[in-house]
Amino acid sequence: MGVGIEVISLNAWYGANHTLQDINLHIPANHATALIGPSGCGKSTFVRCLNRMHETNPVARVTGTVRIGDLDIYNDAKPVEIRRRVGMVFQRPNPFPTMSIYDNVASGLKLNGYTNKRVLDEIVERSLVNSALWDEVKDDLKKKSGASLSGGQQQRLCIARALAVDPEVLLMDEPASALDPISTAKIEDLIFQLKSQYTIVIVTHNMQQAARVAETTGFFLNGRLVEFDSTHKIFTNPSDKRTEDYITGRFG
Amino acid sequence: MSGDAFKFRFRMRVITDGAVTILALLATLLVVAPLVAIFSYLVFKGASSLNLAFFTQMPKPPGEVGGGMANAILGSAILLAVASVIGVPLGIGGGIYLAEFGRGTKLANAVRFTADVLNGVPSIVMGLAIYSLIVVPQKHFSALSGGVALGIMMIPTVCRTSEEMLLMVPYAVREAAMGIGVPNWRSVLSITVRTASPGIITGCMLAFARVAGETAPLIFTALGNQFWSASLNQPIAALPLQIYVYAISPYDDWHRLAWGGALVLIALIVLAVSLVRYVTSRGVLKGAS
Amino acid sequence: MPEIHISQPQVQHNPVSAENPPASAAEAAHISEVRRFLLSRGNSVIVDRIFHWLMALCALSLFGIVALIAWRLVVSSHLTWSKFGLGFFYRSFTDPDTQQTMYWDPVNGLFSALPFLYGTLVSSILALLMAVPLAIGLAIFLTEMCPRALRGPLAFITELLAAIPSVIYGLWAVFVLVPIMRAHVNPLLIHALGWTGLLNDQNPTGLGFLTAGVILAIMILPIISSLTREVMTAVPQSQREAVLALGATRWEMVRMGVLRNARIGIVGSIMLGLGRALGETMAVTMVIGNTPEITRSLLANGSSMASVIANEFTEAVGDLHVSALIEIALALFVVTIIVNALARLLVWVVTRGEPSQAH
Repeated sequence: MGVGIEVISLNAWYGANHTLQDINLHIPANHATALIGPSGCGKSTFVRCLNRMHETNPVARVTGTVRIGDLDIYNDAKPVEIRRRVGMVFQRPNPFPTMSIYDNVASGLKLNGYTNKRVLDEIVERSLVNSALWDEVKDDLKKKSGASLSGGQQQRLCIARALAVDPEVLLMDEPASALDPISTAKIEDLIFQLKSQYTIVIVTHNMQQAARVAETTGFFLNGRLVEFDSTHKIFTNPSDKRTEDYITGRFG
Repeated sequence: MSGDAFKFRFRMRVITDGAVTILALLATLLVVAPLVAIFSYLVFKGASSLNLAFFTQMPKPPGEVGGGMANAILGSAILLAVASVIGVPLGIGGGIYLAEFGRGTKLANAVRFTADVLNGVPSIVMGLAIYSLIVVPQKHFSALSGGVALGIMMIPTVCRTSEEMLLMVPYAVREAAMGIGVPNWRSVLSITVRTASPGIITGCMLAFARVAGETAPLIFTALGNQFWSASLNQPIAALPLQIYVYAISPYDDWHRLAWGGALVLIALIVLAVSLVRYVTSRGVLKGAS
Repeated sequence: MPEIHISQPQVQHNPVSAENPPASAAEAAHISEVRRFLLSRGNSVIVDRIFHWLMALCALSLFGIVALIAWRLVVSSHLTWSKFGLGFFYRSFTDPDTQQTMYWDPVNGLFSALPFLYGTLVSSILALLMAVPLAIGLAIFLTEMCPRALRGPLAFITELLAAIPSVIYGLWAVFVLVPIMRAHVNPLLIHALGWTGLLNDQNPTGLGFLTAGVILAIMILPIISSLTREVMTAVPQSQREAVLALGATRWEMVRMGVLRNARIGIVGSIMLGLGRALGETMAVTMVIGNTPEITRSLLANGSSMASVIANEFTEAVGDLHVSALIEIALALFVVTIIVNALARLLVWVVTRGEPSQAH
């Protein structure tokens, strides 16, 4: 089951660029939360701070507190431990090219030293079912490589890979931006079904997508969180003028 | 007046251009034709010298017809095994460091530079250093010292090709590994290196084929041996050494064996070079980008 | 104002609940088992650090190797260094019996590296004189004129020839090149150019500096041409187009647009070829004739630094002889390091640090 995320005065830098400025918010558990805003506004940086991926770049720096459940991720744990609890799906599908479909899904467990084959089989099946890919690939799980699938299938494979480690939070960084409309629809359905079990944070530049899948939405602009409220409120009656301008397409 | 001068200059320019084109073509022919000739001569001479006995029999005493290079083939195999045990892990490890940890650092640049420079150090110098390091204290020549010399010579090539191949692995793949919480060492070995492994293996093959033909560093380490020996602690025969000895000998039948040995080495090199070309032309990684 | 219609579909069916019985006891146990397992894995900070250092150690081994070679060579050549000093590289001796100038007398313990420096220099210069124009011509042809279909096979052949072992070139030289030189090339040269005094042959074996130079030229050609090709390809297409747009012919384009921009890298590739020629051992040993003498004639027998080591080391008489040979190796080491380092720097300047394909 998912847990909530508490962010307190989070700041992030990319070299000399202050890309996130004093972010405070609470992301509710077992809900989908969408982050929107024009490109370069810091929304991607923000999700990458939630599993400590931001700091993998040598020029990047983070301050502030992020609590996932009751774990203070910047003080109580190492990045590897956090990333096992927080799954991430990236903008472009990135399956491991040399691994079979099965190994791709099982990689998070296998590469951490998990060996129980019977359980692995079950988990792979369940993850693929949950990511709505099972029917399409069940016949050549071990025969085909992850790279042989279509773009949309690859992205669902990546979701299955993230689900296999049974994460508490699922971060999605524009998961459908590189996909065709049909695949996008599938991914959106998927998010809709998964959000009862996981806390999902999805970055998107597509406002309709945010409106369709998320209960809560945050609007980022120039590294600041302008508004964070229920999706309904953001899209019907935003309290900030800048949000309204963005929603109505006056800029961005 | 000036129009004529202009025309003349223009014509000269066109003529120069044509002349240079012909010269470049000629240079190419002048280079390629003899090179192809050398190559086909080697293949022709070698093929007529190879037979089953070449691979299974021991060398005969000078003047006697027949015999083979079984001991030299065994010796080369042993030397190359020792060399690979040293050169491959150190080389790949260095390549991993350069590609995964040292990107853009001064240290990595220095290592890269040293590898390239080391590649240009004559093999005979390497052989003498190993002689003084291993043979002198041991007081006898040995297969071990020969293998060490060859192994050290493999490191720069393996290191640089491994680095190049690892750099071709897209960053997204590394990011995916990080994203599922795999420890760094595991993600480097099981994901990045594994993704680049076809390229890394061919890089090792290339280094292997290159040292397989090295003669100079073996003269004062492995020394050569007319008899059957597989001991690491004894002098050992090697294919290129035997080719050298036979080539400068006055016996026709030994010359025949030298040609046969040369063909075996060349086959190994053709295989390695074609593999490298095949792998790099495929973009190294099937579907990885 | 709000243009976005909020219409979230109702959950049609949840695949977990529909196809798998929801949260059966066994499944819940597995979930927690996986979670428990992952939580129990350490953060592997220590293993990661060890791995990092292990890889760094592999990389640093390259420095170690260079240091090791230098150290062993310096230590092992101590004997000649203390006896002859720097004079080892330039002095000569007079034979007490014949009053002739001599350089290398292992039996009487007199050693000077001068004839070997001379031999290495002469054979390498001859090789460069022959190889450089051809290599650059080949590179121009391959990058600027060659039909695309031919480019691959030609590059493949050059690569292959760069990888053929020295001893095989030597073998070929002994049986093919030397007879040709003896029977055809040398007599012709003596006939045509004998008046210069550079081409006398008292001892017509077909061996000697010139033959060594020819085989070296063949061996370094692929190296120079493939690197030259690489730096020429690194010249941006816009440079070519800029010159062509001024109405230049193809040669003018190559000369002004390409060669001018790539010249530093070309010098670098020539130096790399030089580095290879200086240290080339087996093929040279097999054709140079192996006499420690300085002769004006290019057709005479001689000896190079590498060839004297290969030829005499295993039969060295006494410690001083061994030490003298090792000091020659040390000199060779220092010279090739300098030449290669300069060459790499020059090539890097042009290709901007991209790793080079030719080694």
